[in-house]
Amino acid sequence: MAEKLIFDAPLVDKKEILRYMGCKTPDDAVLSLVEECLSEALPSLSYAVSYSVYPIKYKKDISSQGLLKHLSDSDEIIIFAATIGVGIDRLISKYSRISPTKAVVFQAIGTERIEALCDAFCDEMKKKYKCITNRFSPGYSDWDIKDQKLIISVTDATKNLGICLNDSYLMSPSKSVTAVVGIKNTETEEKNPCESCENAGCIYRREL
Amino acid sequence: MNLREFLKENRVYLDGGMGTLLQAKGLKPGELPERWNITHPDIIKDIHKAYFEAGSNIVCANTFGANPLKFSDDELEKIISAAIKNAKDAIAETGDIGNKFVALDMGSLGKLLKPLGDFYFEDAVSAFSKTVKLGAKYGADLVFIETMNDSYETKAALLAAKENCDLPVFVSNAYSEDGKLMTGATPSAMVALAEGMGADAVGTNCSLGPAEMKDIVSELLSVASIPVILKPNAGLPVTVDGKTVFKVGAKEFADEMIEYAKAGVRLLGGCCGTTPDYIKETVNATKDFPVVPLTDKNLTVISSYSHTVSFDKKAILIGERINPTGKKRFKQALIENDIDYILREGVSQQEKGVDVLDVNVGLPEIDEVKMIETTFFELQSVTDLPLQIDTSDPVAMEKALRIYNGKAMINSVNGKEESMKAVFPLVKKYGGLVVALTLDENGIPATAEGRVKIAEKIIETAKEYGISKKDIIFDTLAMAVSADKNAAEVTLSSLKTIKETLGCHTSLGVSNISFGLPERDAVNSIFFSLALENGLSAAIMNPHSKDMMKTYHSFNALKGLDDNFTDYISFVTENKEEPEKAPAKTEENNNDLQYAIIKGFKEKSAIITEELLKTTDGMEIVKEKIIPALDIVGKGFEEKTIYLPQLLMSAESAKSAFEVIKKKMLSEEKTGDSKGTIVIATVKGDIHDIGKNIVKLLLENYGFDVIDLGKDVPPEVIVETAIEKSARLVGLSALMTTTVPAMEETIKLLREKHPSCKVVVGGAVLTKDYADSIGADKYAKDAMESVRYAEEIFRK
Repeated sequence: MAEKLIFDAPLVDKKEILRYMGCKTPDDAVLSLVEECLSEALPSLSYAVSYSVYPIKYKKDISSQGLLKHLSDSDEIIIFAATIGVGIDRLISKYSRISPTKAVVFQAIGTERIEALCDAFCDEMKKKYKCITNRFSPGYSDWDIKDQKLIISVTDATKNLGICLNDSYLMSPSKSVTAVVGIKNTETEEKNPCESCENAGCIYRREL
Repeated sequence: MNLREFLKENRVYLDGGMGTLLQAKGLKPGELPERWNITHPDIIKDIHKAYFEAGSNIVCANTFGANPLKFSDDELEKIISAAIKNAKDAIAETGDIGNKFVALDMGSLGKLLKPLGDFYFEDAVSAFSKTVKLGAKYGADLVFIETMNDSYETKAALLAAKENCDLPVFVSNAYSEDGKLMTGATPSAMVALAEGMGADAVGTNCSLGPAEMKDIVSELLSVASIPVILKPNAGLPVTVDGKTVFKVGAKEFADEMIEYAKAGVRLLGGCCGTTPDYIKETVNATKDFPVVPLTDKNLTVISSYSHTVSFDKKAILIGERINPTGKKRFKQALIENDIDYILREGVSQQEKGVDVLDVNVGLPEIDEVKMIETTFFELQSVTDLPLQIDTSDPVAMEKALRIYNGKAMINSVNGKEESMKAVFPLVKKYGGLVVALTLDENGIPATAEGRVKIAEKIIETAKEYGISKKDIIFDTLAMAVSADKNAAEVTLSSLKTIKETLGCHTSLGVSNISFGLPERDAVNSIFFSLALENGLSAAIMNPHSKDMMKTYHSFNALKGLDDNFTDYISFVTENKEEPEKAPAKTEENNNDLQYAIIKGFKEKSAIITEELLKTTDGMEIVKEKIIPALDIVGKGFEEKTIYLPQLLMSAESAKSAFEVIKKKMLSEEKTGDSKGTIVIATVKGDIHDIGKNIVKLLLENYGFDVIDLGKDVPPEVIVETAIEKSARLVGLSALMTTTVPAMEETIKLLREKHPSCKVVVGGAVLTKDYADSIGADKYAKDAMESVRYAEEIFRK
């Protein structure tokens, strides 16, 4: 059984939205479009997380080397699912028919919002458990995306948040995240998550 | 006793949680509790017994997740028969005195339906139907649809129950903290849907504790004419020392339930975290309060997936523009299957402030049933307005009613026997507010008395089908005043009588009145205000007509229907006449269009084009102005001096210019040149289509005919379409590594069946090497590269 948390809207980081739009030097028209879309999107969003805390009993049962490495310093993990709801999906699907430009902006807003929600949740967990790892999700490194199903089940995500999986393990609402966070035994610095990625030319890459 | 009889007079106690109790007995996380009906029948039976002993009248058999998505047909039958037997045994062992019932419990399939998810509505209906048939076969007393957080899936389950058994059906939804379902429906919208389809009780369960459900329950009670259900959790779960627990105790829970019983909730029980103790305490706390009688709320209401529209004092505006009658451009869109055009008509009317959209897509040249299905599906993914099904074909009407996510308006039935026989059974089955035209076998009566008489006959006949007059809205037919000078008078006076004497709501297709006259808006808007004064409840009208909208808002302001004149003032502010931008000389204008497109000024591009068309040929504008502008922007994008959003804003501006030119050419019976046909789709299993839509927009800009098959498209459909349209190029999009195999499969099939066709692919996970390895002809890294490749292919 998992606990559901509702969050207030986290502060909007417009720079992140522009980064997800792949638009590093926006002109005024783009900026005002982002503003317009934000005021349309924000009222339709909700911020909910469902999570459980589990001890890691058998490390040898974890098949993903990447995940194992990520949790090397932890004996307990927080498993969570987060979503900003279907409102953003409705806007994206509406505007991809009416105005693809706006669809791109809503897409970026949705990504920024769900990441901001995950950050807010992890901040909350830091208060509770002091030292935690970065988020690690199915599909990262060698962790099989199929484990998505397990995470959805142990976080009660379908019941608590309405998150469903399709046959390709994609989540709806699309702006949802499932992840594992290790509760660390000792305090160590977490790295920039982009650092270990090999895709050097990626337009979304965070500055190292 | 019969459950429906028992419900009429009594407060009914339901059971509490099952899952939490099973976990305490050793059910492991991830294990399917329904299997315990067979493997641990005594544990299940004992839980049911404990609930009956605590005072429950109805227990839910342990079938919450018993559906064909989780179990084979064979196992499903065994599970459901065992589950119902366990509950029936519990009745036998606790003493059957006629007030204990067993419900077939139906929860969500765990799939989100299209358009938000990937599961077809009709597949959901089929899945639930299997469960319902088995439940009825093994003797369930009712069907209990519960914990659903999506109105559409609820409708699928309710439809399955109604189509496969005669048992009473209860509908209970899980609302979120904001008081709405996860997919947006308010409690009122769920009541409209459930009552419309003939549910026996409606309510809420799960997600929240009793204290958090006050607003939801009071809304349910204020609108529902059927009994209301309440099954809260034992508060909200919290994590304490790494364990999740519920914190509201049985006594506290029961105390909260007292207020609900007093307010009129007729079915009380518990959900997650509650136990037989909670039910026992609730029974003890509430049993001595008198049962609140049910009242018919007598509301005339329709709903969408999010909200209701009520017919009350203020008239409802129904947008008439989704209709091919007299509209060449719209006809063209239907023939070309240009759904986006229809969707834009819908969205633009919503922006003008209509409450409902009338949808008429009937045209002799096309398959109306198929078109209405597509249009209803697609419209519901771009607008949350309730829709009015406007067709004379009962097959099309039923198709739309089935897939409509809410309680629709139906346009129309009339006084002919044949019409009532075809339409009323559909209204009864699917729910709906039906527009009834006051005409019959003898035509349209020339007098008001004649029309009122037909209305009376329609009310009588509807009653025989079990349809109440609150679900009928009369259209007394506005006929051209130019053909009969008394036409308006007869329409208005029959309208008034029907409203005042028969107590029914009324509707008019207002614009017909001025047919054949010049300056129609003037006549229409005065007639509109006369009709409003005579009690018009709804108008089918053109919201783009400023005169009509002025009349509407002024009328409401004058009649005290617009508090603080909020609507009136916001209407006036939004419609301030902008000082006319003097169209500059032709030479400058030419530059202007190019500039407007490059800068991404969508509306301005259309206005300039309109002006240019007065002096210049459409194709000339395309060649000389639009294409050069697009080339500049495209080049900038390729050289990375401008970014994707700017490229798209220009592309949309070009599109709005094209749209103006297309309309002009159609009115002159001309057709444009096409460079060729391209089929595009997001492959099966993938629901991302922003990238694909961007490619479509740009290809259209460059003069290609693009057949867009949408997202999650099976290989066969893509290949068949490519063959049928003799497409020389197919564009495929996939975002996920998990869906690239579907792309490969599509390419293989295409090579086999339509080898002359080229394939261009794109999407986040693809690279040139990846594209080569699955056999694509071309990997396009962005939309511009797709355009360049298409030009190369079609140049040959």
